[in-house]
Amino acid sequence: MSHIATTIAALKDSLGDAIEQVSEFRGETGVQVKKAAVPAVLRFLKESPDLRYTCLANLTAYDDWPQEPRFKVIYQLRNMLLPADLRVKCTVAGDDPYLPSATGVFLNANWHEREVFDMFGLRFTGHPDLRRILMPADWQGHPLRKDYPLGYEEVEFTFNFDEIEKKKPYAKE
Amino acid sequence: MGLEQKMGDMGVVTTTLEQAVNWGRANAMWPMLFGLACCAIEMIATVMPNNDLSRFGMELMRASPRQSDLMIVAGRVSRKMAPVVRRLYDQMASPKWVIAMGDCASCGGVFNNYAIVQGVDEVVPVDVYVAGCPPRPEALMHGILTLQQKVKQETFKDWA
Repeated sequence: MSHIATTIAALKDSLGDAIEQVSEFRGETGVQVKKAAVPAVLRFLKESPDLRYTCLANLTAYDDWPQEPRFKVIYQLRNMLLPADLRVKCTVAGDDPYLPSATGVFLNANWHEREVFDMFGLRFTGHPDLRRILMPADWQGHPLRKDYPLGYEEVEFTFNFDEIEKKKPYAKE
Repeated sequence: MGLEQKMGDMGVVTTTLEQAVNWGRANAMWPMLFGLACCAIEMIATVMPNNDLSRFGMELMRASPRQSDLMIVAGRVSRKMAPVVRRLYDQMASPKWVIAMGDCASCGGVFNNYAIVQGVDEVVPVDVYVAGCPPRPEALMHGILTLQQKVKQETFKDWA
């Protein structure tokens, strides 16, 4: 029995209610869990002596707009001894962009969650310092949302040159 | 100098103040030492011996805006970098000039998105635009020669 299979069995055993779906694609295993249970699942995977997924390799998100629930948050975990990789995933609805923070389990989730907040506008409840990390502090909106405008200047051709030239804010001395 | 022999025993050369000042300004213009992206590599190549920018009196890249006359914006300017570029420009002593090097600095280039300023002319006034992605050192030198021509045509009215 591989370590991943052991992990899935142990998860189903102790946190069976939280698991929504287990999927495998090209040798990579992903576990979709309820968003309220994410910290508990992460803590179990990290601290259970047989599993030891001690490294949060990545925490990111993507937007499935206009599908609902539109946001997926992904936690990529790694067992540093074997090594073994496991993906934990949860869905977040667009009209309720709140989910519990993982900073209590993995300290490095702090900046990852700030980036996800900055780019997707997901609010991590219980995060110690949830503010923008990449964009300027006074920025409006969250740029990696699929319904965010792509660019702020129209592409210039000969037929609309004058129109764009009129609107362009040239700097003064 | 050979000039005196040709002019007999006059010993005097007359010129206008504008021409004398512009001659000095155009031929000892010190660029500021900073690069924002890949265009900076071509800017560095321009200064290196193969192309030798010191032929135009520009071999001294000054690391301080107080000592430089020319700002070569080499690379795309992100919205977060824009206030910094403007501040550096404000810290430069007058007279000062700006070259927008490459497509990104001139008009945003391929990066028409939320993060990149669509042309550094939204932030600082640009004198010469150099096209290319990135421009070859020859293109940058052509831009610099164009700027020198522009400086040599300045008048008292422009200085005021």
